[in-house]
This record gives sequence, C-alpha cells and structure tokens, in this order.
Amino acid sequence: MRGYMKRLALPVAAIAVLVAAGTAGGASRATTLVFAGASDPTYLDPALVSDGESFRVTNQIFEGLVRLKPGTTIVQPDLATSWSSKDAKNWNFNLRKGVKFHDGTPFNSAAVCFNYNRQYNFTGAFQDASATYYWQTVMGGFHHNASSSLSPSLYIGCTPHGPYKVTIHLRTPSGPFLSAQVISSFAIQSPTALKKYGADQGELRNGVFYPTGSYAFSHPTGTGPFKFVSWSVGQRVVLSRNANYWGKKPRIDTLIIRPISDNTARLQALQSGDVQGYDLVAPEHINTIKSNSKLKVLNRPSFNVAYVTIHQGPGSPMNDLKVRQAVAYGLDRASVVRTFYAGRGIVANEFQPPQLFGYSKSVTKYPFNPTKAKALLNSSSCHVPCKIDFWYPTNVSRPYMPDPKRNFEAFSASLTQAGFQVTAHSAPWRPDYVKHVNEGTAGDLNLIGWTGDFGDPDNFLGTFFQTYSPQFNFHNNAIFNILAKAEAQKSLAKRIALYKQANNMIMKYLPAVPYAHSQPALGFEKNVKGYVPSPVGTDPFDPVFVSGGV
Amino acid sequence: MLRYVVRRLLLLVPILLGVSILIFFWIRALPGSPAEALLGERATPQLVQQLRERYGLDKPVYQQYWAYLKTTLSGDLGVSVATHRRVVDEIRQRFPATIELAIGAMIFAVGFGVPLGFFAAKKYGGFFDHATLVGSLLGISVPIFFLAILLKYFFSVKWQLLPSVGREDVTLNTPHPTNFYILDAIIARDWNALWDAIQHLILPAIALGSIPLAVITRITRASVLDVQNEDYVRTARAKGLPPLEVDRRHVLRNALLPISTIIGLQTGLLLSGAVLTETVFAWPGMGSWLRDAIFARDYPVLQGGILFLAVVFVMVNLIVDLSYALINPRIRYS
Repeated sequence: MRGYMKRLALPVAAIAVLVAAGTAGGASRATTLVFAGASDPTYLDPALVSDGESFRVTNQIFEGLVRLKPGTTIVQPDLATSWSSKDAKNWNFNLRKGVKFHDGTPFNSAAVCFNYNRQYNFTGAFQDASATYYWQTVMGGFHHNASSSLSPSLYIGCTPHGPYKVTIHLRTPSGPFLSAQVISSFAIQSPTALKKYGADQGELRNGVFYPTGSYAFSHPTGTGPFKFVSWSVGQRVVLSRNANYWGKKPRIDTLIIRPISDNTARLQALQSGDVQGYDLVAPEHINTIKSNSKLKVLNRPSFNVAYVTIHQGPGSPMNDLKVRQAVAYGLDRASVVRTFYAGRGIVANEFQPPQLFGYSKSVTKYPFNPTKAKALLNSSSCHVPCKIDFWYPTNVSRPYMPDPKRNFEAFSASLTQAGFQVTAHSAPWRPDYVKHVNEGTAGDLNLIGWTGDFGDPDNFLGTFFQTYSPQFNFHNNAIFNILAKAEAQKSLAKRIALYKQANNMIMKYLPAVPYAHSQPALGFEKNVKGYVPSPVGTDPFDPVFVSGGV
Repeated sequence: MLRYVVRRLLLLVPILLGVSILIFFWIRALPGSPAEALLGERATPQLVQQLRERYGLDKPVYQQYWAYLKTTLSGDLGVSVATHRRVVDEIRQRFPATIELAIGAMIFAVGFGVPLGFFAAKKYGGFFDHATLVGSLLGISVPIFFLAILLKYFFSVKWQLLPSVGREDVTLNTPHPTNFYILDAIIARDWNALWDAIQHLILPAIALGSIPLAVITRITRASVLDVQNEDYVRTARAKGLPPLEVDRRHVLRNALLPISTIIGLQTGLLLSGAVLTETVFAWPGMGSWLRDAIFARDYPVLQGGILFLAVVFVMVNLIVDLSYALINPRIRYS
C-alpha cells in the first residue's frame, strides 16, 4: 500500500505545483487593456455590419465625418471640422487636414467620395439587408436597385471641391442625415486598402452574405486612434495604439477585446483579473461588482424605451380613447421601475429618451390612479370589469426590460385594481412573441421596447409612428404628417419644435404607453479610468488608461 | 480485419444520411426560423418574409432538404446565418479546441479514476471504498455548470490561482498553426505559452472530466473486484508472486478491457462538444458554438456542425471497436 501511495503522490504533487504556481491575472498589463464583449465581431468592414460587437471594434479603427460627444448624443466634428446645409439636401463638409490612414495614404475629399460612392454603387450580394443594413436604413436603396422592395437612394452623389471640401447630395431634404453619419457604417476607410484586399468581393451562400476578400477579416484600415493587429475568432481582437493619430493619442498601447458570451463567465473573468472591464453586466451581478472594493460599475446613459403596446382594431375596447387613458392611469409604472430595475431605470413619460432633442416637458402625464381609471372606464364603451388580453414574453431579458414576467405581473395587478379583467398570455421571445407583436396579433396590450441606433428622435418616434403599423393599428394622419415634416426639415430648431409637438400628441392619443428608460451597466477594475460609456454604444477607448500604468 | 473496417466505413453512408434527415427536420421543428431570431424587435412581417425567401425557407421542406443534401455532398457546409463565417472554417478552428479539452478531461478522469477504482476495490467494504462510491455518485449527479462555477469561484476568483476563461492569456502572441494550443506551444518551443495553455486547461478539464471520472472509478472498481477473484489470480498469488506484481500483471491488465471500452465511449461523448463547460469557461470549441447556433436558429451551423460530430462519434466508436482486438487477442474481426 505504501508503494501505491508513493506512486499516487507524484501526480497529486504535480497538480498542486501547477495550481500553486499559477499566475492567472497577475501579469503586468500596465499598457494593455483587456475588455470583454459578448461575442466576436461579424467582420471589420463597418459598411457591412450592423451589430454592436462589430462596432465596438470598428469604432476604434475608423472615424466618420462626425461623431458623438462622449457620453451624449450631441453631434460634433470628427474627420469633418465643420459642415453646413442650406436646404438639408446638399451637405457641405470641410475636412480635417493632415490626416493619414493607417496604411500611410492621405485622407481627403476623394477618399470621402470614394467611400460614399462605394456603398451607393453596391450591387448583387452587397444589396442584401444582411450586408448593408445601415445604408439601407438611412439611405433606402442604391444607385441601381436590384429589388423592387428597395426605395430610391436618399444619397445621390458626392462632389469634391479641392482636397479638403466635399458636398454630399441627397435626393430629398433629410434632417436625420447628419446624426446618422455617426454610425460606424458611414466611417471613412482607406480606398487603397479597400481595393487592395478585395473589400468589394462577396457573395450570397445559402442566402447569407459572405465577404470573400480578406479586407473585412484581416486588413481593416482607417484613420482612428487604434490600428488593427490581429483577430483570432473566439479568442480576441488585438488593436495597437496609432502613434500617428491626428488627435490626442491613446493612453494605452494595446487594446484587446475578447468575446465571452456567458454573463456569469464575464463577471468571473473580471473578478479573477482575466479582463479589466466588460459590457452588458447582468442586473443581478451589479451588487456583486459594487460590493467588491477593487471593482466598479459604470452606467451607460439610457437610450431605450420599454412600453406597453395598445393594439386597436375591429371590436377592440382599445379603439376608445377613454379606455386607453384608463390603461395609462392603471399601469403602476413608478412601482415597476422602482422594484424591477435595480435602481437603473427611470419612468418613461414619452417615447424617446430625455437626452435626445425634441423631448417635451409638457406631455400629458399619467401617474398611477386606479380611481380615475375606473371612472374613465365607466364612462367608456368598456365598463368595469373591462376584459383585456395582455401578452408578455418569456425566456428573455432585454436591456430595457430585464424581467418581463415580473413587469407583467405587477402591471396585471395594478390594472386589475384599476377595473380591468386581465387575461394573461405568454410566448417565447424568439421567435413567436416579437412576430405576434409586430403583426398586431399579441392581444390588446403587450410588453415590448426599442433601443436606438443613432442620436435622432426620428430613430424613435419615426420608427413607431411615422406611418401606419399593424403593431398598433393606430391611424392619426396629423402625427404621421408632423413626423414626416420633422424628418425633412433642415432647421434643427424647427425639428425640435415638431418633435415636441409629436410627443405631446402621441401622449394625448396613446397608441401605446411608455414605461421605462433603463441604464445598461458596465463593470471595470477600479484602476481603469477615462472610460465614458456612450448612449449608443460607441464608447471610445483612446482616453482610457490604467492608473498606476501610463 | 480490412473487410471489417471497409464494411464499417460503408455503414457510415446510411448512418449519415439518417443523421442528416433527423437534424434537418429536428431544427425545422423548433419554433421560429433564423429570420425572426436575427431581426429581434425589427422583425416586421415584411422583413421576416424577405429573409425567409432569401434563405429558401418559403420552399417546401423536401426541396429545402434536397438543396441542402446537394451542397453538403459537394463538401460545402454553407455559411453561418449569425456570424457570416463559413461553417467549414469554424469547424477547422473550433474542433481542435474541443479535442484538446476532451483529452485534458480524459487524462484527468483516467489519471484519477483508475487508481481510485483500483484502491476502492482493494479496500472493498472499507472507508475508502465507501468514500469513493459516494464521491463518484456526487460526480455523476452534480450538474457540470454548477461544478464549473464553483471551481472558478475558488480557483480563479477567490484564490486567483488559475484563469477563469479562454484557452490562453490573450496578451501572449503565440502562433497557432495547428489550433492545438499545447502542441503549438511545443512546436514553437515556447514554454511560457505551454505553461499558460496547461493552466487554462485545468479547470475546464476537471469540470468536464467529473462525470467520466465517476464512471471510470466505478467500472474500474467493479472490474477489479471481478478479476481479483479469478482462478489465475489465485494461482499467481499461490506461486508466491509479490502482491504488487500480481496486481500489475494479472489484475489490472485484465481489468482494463471493460475500462478501455468505457474510456473510448466517454471520449466519443466528450468530442461531441461540451456545451455547458465550453460556455461557462468561454472555451471556443464546438459546444459553445452549437449552443449559440441553437439560440440563433442558425440552420447551416446546426446542420453542418452536428453532421460533422456524428461522423466523429461514429469514427471514435470504430476505433474503440478495433482497439479491442489490440488489447484482447481473443477478439478477431472478420
């Protein structure tokens, strides 16, 4: 037996030594920052992606004509130093001088026009929505549309005036055009690199767009503060400091972004020092991070809205405005936000986040008032108890709605108190629920929400209420017209006035009831400084540094 | 022997055809399609219809299957709907990670399971035997993800001894020509990278190896108990051979046969992708990839990935069967 023990002792000792000698998280990374997102980028050609994880990387490599002031939705100069437009159709941009792409080629008006024309002239597989989602969202279609479902392109041309001035021509006036240019999809890429590495080669395989050139995988070339070094799928994207950057140079030498899809794994990676920061902190992990003296939570300004759809239709009690008002008074929104948003939500009084221009302070507010709701019901076509179907999603947590089931339960109780008789329906988020909501077959009321893409009210109000939508089955030409007018308006002051007016009318006629704006959270080691979360997720890493490091 | 191997390989054809039909219809029986899964809140009826047409999902299912079979037979497993990467490229990149993890888990399971089972049998009915039985019961019944989180909590978070996620320190710059990180480090003679890869492997391998460990321990114990009462063992003892020699040459060697079968089958299972372990440890292998694909209803990935794993499973089983002949000369294939 002693012989056996001797033999066993060796592997046990070996493992013990292995473990004891481990130095996980202990490596010195003073000039390297390791950050975790939830997945790999799709690819690194910003014109061809539309997801946050791709943009997290492309935003460091590339720059557009304009960008957002950190932490806000205010548009400020980037590669363009100033701009003007007399008619919101022709936009003049003065370009920054002395800027070079990472491959050493100069940034100038020819590069700007090349990039816009590149997307405008996309054909074949590149016209697929999975390839050019944001071009199609903002510009509609292309120079030669292959499909009749595409609308004529808003963009119709680009004229250089010397090396540092361009005019971008639109088909019709567009107010949101400028704000939309902050999306990474409109970033300016090196024409030389795009051509050299086959950026415009791609095909549809089993209906999915697939770039066949190497640009989007291993040669993304922009003007940004970080240069691309390598991408190992499932492992990491490595970026290095651009020593020739035209602006304030990054304070870290290397930025590594790694994909960790599991929420708990991301938290434990931060706790163990494997990463120094991560995005998309699960609400239930916030207190764990806060209670750790070495870690901190940062708040992303809310850029979303959770709301209760009110679906009108033949024979629906919701056709009656008084019933819709009773719903609004019967939803105890303050209590839901207080109880289920872990201190990270505010009650939404309208359909756009407060920091966006056009937010109105004079909308009709509907504080929880069951007595008033009952009185409204009794004077309406649907007396107490007014029977309604209320849907909520299962198997999901959205940034704007962390716990739909409990939101529903609380709303259902408060509506019952307010004179409604609620029949509950649930469906799995993917795919049944969203389909039912969008097709208008998810009951009289349902829980849903929206996260904005760019800093313009058109991306919120225009998305919901600029035209008829089966989701709400709400017809109000006055609101439709105001929103169309606001979209085409060149004057910011006039646009603000129009969106305020639209917000007031929407909250008067109640096609839905907004209830929460939530703040997503990020987790960091306390010594990571300078990170400013953006409402739309375009967080810059160039001001970030590790204290005690550089 | 050769005829046997050829016959088994030919059997692959109907097996894979059957598997392809099962996968194809199973994933289409799941509620929803990639169109809705991809679009999320933006899934308007028009957009969903457009995407369904683009993916060919509006066609009758038999036509979809035929199209899938044709492209698969030409060696093209398609492009992922969610990541837009070629399924073949993803397999090439991810399968080595799964193999490395499976080997690590089996080294742990065999390295501890065989001695534990052997000692338990030797101390039959004693405290060590009972403790081993209870331990193996725990090994089988504790959910892997729970064990994984527990291991990470102590070894990574609390004591900071081992890394919690991934296959390597992301600040290292080791080239990966084979995608087997331990092998790559050895090829590059980069001992830091080798050490780092081993450290990253320890916790996932323990978590994944916990069930095989329990199974191997129990089988070893039972097998040793069986063998040590055989006549030839008694004869060996009667001849006056030292106990260690008896155990090594007669008991353990003969007890190995059922153990090797179990080891083979467990390896096949582990290679089929360790969904939970890979997810919790952010291990970029086949399991975490297929898990994401299920959520995204990523048909090409599910079809291609599972078909590939079916081939692997069948091949591993064939190798296990053939290895019987090597271990046990009494078995002959014809």
